[in-house]
Amino acid sequence: MENVGVCDEFVNLKATELRLGLPGTEDEKQKVSCGKSNKRALPETEKDIESTGKTETASPPKAQIVGWPPVRSYRKNSIQTKKNEAEGQGMYVKVSMDGAPYLRKIDLTMYKQYPELMKSLENMFKFSVGEYFEREGYKGSDFVPTYEDKDGDWMLVGDVPWEMFVSSCKRLRIMKGSEAKGLGCGV
Amino acid sequence: MDLRLPSKVLEHIFSFVDSNEDRNSVSLVCKSWFETERLTRKRVFVRNCYAVTPAAVARRFPEMRSLTLKGKPHFADYNLVPDGWGGYAWPWIEAMAEKSPALEELRLKRMVVTDECLEKIAASFKEFKALVLTSCEGFSTDGLAAIAVACRNLRELELRECIVEDLGGDWLSYFPETLTSLVSLDFSCLDSEVKLSDLELLVSRSPNLKSLKLNRDVSLDALGSLLRLAPQLVELGTGSFSDKLDQEAVSKLSQAFTELKELKSLSGLWDVLPEYIPLLYSVCPGLTSLNLSYATVQMPDLVELLSRCSNLQKLWVMDLIEDKGLEAVASSCKELRELRVFPSGADVDETNVALTEQGLVSVSEACPNLESVLYFCAQFTNEALVTIARNRPNLKCVRLCVMEPFAPDHKTQQPLDEGFKAIVEGCKGLQRLSVSGLLTDKAFEYIGTHGKKLRMLSIAFAGDSDLMLHHLLSGCESLNKLEIRDCPFGDTALLENAAKLETMRSLWMSSCGVSFGACKLLSQKMPKLNVEVIDEHPLKTRPDSSPVEKIYIYRTLAGPRLDMPEFVWTIHKNPEIGVSNLAIE
Repeated sequence: MENVGVCDEFVNLKATELRLGLPGTEDEKQKVSCGKSNKRALPETEKDIESTGKTETASPPKAQIVGWPPVRSYRKNSIQTKKNEAEGQGMYVKVSMDGAPYLRKIDLTMYKQYPELMKSLENMFKFSVGEYFEREGYKGSDFVPTYEDKDGDWMLVGDVPWEMFVSSCKRLRIMKGSEAKGLGCGV
Repeated sequence: MDLRLPSKVLEHIFSFVDSNEDRNSVSLVCKSWFETERLTRKRVFVRNCYAVTPAAVARRFPEMRSLTLKGKPHFADYNLVPDGWGGYAWPWIEAMAEKSPALEELRLKRMVVTDECLEKIAASFKEFKALVLTSCEGFSTDGLAAIAVACRNLRELELRECIVEDLGGDWLSYFPETLTSLVSLDFSCLDSEVKLSDLELLVSRSPNLKSLKLNRDVSLDALGSLLRLAPQLVELGTGSFSDKLDQEAVSKLSQAFTELKELKSLSGLWDVLPEYIPLLYSVCPGLTSLNLSYATVQMPDLVELLSRCSNLQKLWVMDLIEDKGLEAVASSCKELRELRVFPSGADVDETNVALTEQGLVSVSEACPNLESVLYFCAQFTNEALVTIARNRPNLKCVRLCVMEPFAPDHKTQQPLDEGFKAIVEGCKGLQRLSVSGLLTDKAFEYIGTHGKKLRMLSIAFAGDSDLMLHHLLSGCESLNKLEIRDCPFGDTALLENAAKLETMRSLWMSSCGVSFGACKLLSQKMPKLNVEVIDEHPLKTRPDSSPVEKIYIYRTLAGPRLDMPEFVWTIHKNPEIGVSNLAIE
């Protein structure tokens, strides 16, 4: 069916498009659905979304679809409580890499120093990070490992002593390409 | 020749008929069978509390001893039903107090139960034995105290995932010293502390206690002393499993676990620290049911634990188990019948990506008795669904939740139509199905064509048009409950298949394209249906073409209900009255 074909194409685009956050954060253009006039825009969201759906910046406020995923509030609350309590045990942080379709999570307490961490990230995402220099940052690669610290600032991984890094790191992001240049990768 | 059997003989025969489905059939045979059956039915199930009036139930079944009631629609679990919608237990308890004072058991699910209700139960039913509340709310620990103090023959008190206002832990102390009949106690959903001494006293004077489910607040230390008092337990729900214990305490606890020779079911395990997992090893071989869905245990520890559970039939776990862990389950737990894998993260992008469709495929390959599956996963493939269907044609319940709405097959980018086709075609006894991911109308054509035994179907973010609903309502002969959210269709299919709705228990549709006019028409056409419109943002004037937020349609003998809040409208059968918020006689 022709319509379905068009839809498939659109869907393919949608499926491979890189974006963080749930459907509902799409911009206006994409809200127009694949030709089915009775296909409604995505459901009410709990929060107002202003994101443009771009991935290059730090993750936009997440779209929360009411009642999705279908997990009972009782269970959701338990997970939430656990998350709050677990801050002290095992330091799980999210790792994103520009261009990768989904994030990973690693436990920082599993590593003793930066080289171990770098090796693990390189294995996980199949890339290589170049060499770290105190002044110039990472040289020899398009990829630069960065992290968001407690203050919400994006820092270069490797600048501070390991323990300080582990206690202040909130999430990791492996930047790629032109964006990375700003952080002093010195290429 | 009078071929009728004397009623005494009939009674005797019917006493062997246990299942209510069978009893319902029996009662349809002829008048005398109806009469005899109704006079001998002890356990009554009312699966929609608004389908019939309490008075009618009490009148029909004078020998009722056990009543099970369900209130809110299933999607209330996911916050889709606004607070105050209904499902009040009070009218039932009040009616039974007057007409069925010999009532012994009350099981309520998704209902609003107040302290007043609990006090009424305590005061009215002299032989009261069992109170089981699942996903209920509206009461406090004061109400529990009322039950504890008055119900002299109490055997079961179970609060499963209820929201209870916690006014303190003293309610346990209200169980009189003379109460020794307790068989099952579940207070796992309570937040606050319970006095250990009260609990210990209660447990030590309950020789018949078989099931004990503690709340999170009960420490590991306390657990040890409780287990020593109740080594006969068959079901145990631990409290928090994370205090730091010294070596002596650990070995005492370990010893206590080894004494649990009858233990078949284990749950709780909140916050369990990896170093305490070995404490459970001694009970593993005997376990048939294990609920680890609140235990943030990592895959390697899970594997260690599960590889010892060779008799496991039911496993609930979080996606922390990963594919590798499920492979271990596949090789160790050959008796597995039910598997549920819950998400460990609260949001889609926190899903554990090391759990994929492969995990479920492994289990389906290796576990011949697998019948029921609930699986939350980031994404899926048609190939996996086809394989699962081929491996396990005996599946009865398949609930797949692909976390990302509209997610296609991640290998081929195709909709998951073909995968679900394989499921409904291959699993001929399939009774319950939840679909997700990208689905076109074709998927529902397949379901309508093959899902002949399907009783309950849940759909979200799927389909293209009215055809979807039409396929389902015209094809699924056994369909009993249908719940749909965020699917793009509307009136035509609903109106064309209106007659079908009277053969079903209920239909829920939210954020779909149903118009107000269609709701009116439907209600007027179908006298035995309640068509409820739930709209928290109503328009001042409601043109027929305006879409409604949510509709809940259910068959009923009781007519429109009288306890609707302001945001629920019922469409009157009388076109002159039209829409009303309060049903008028």
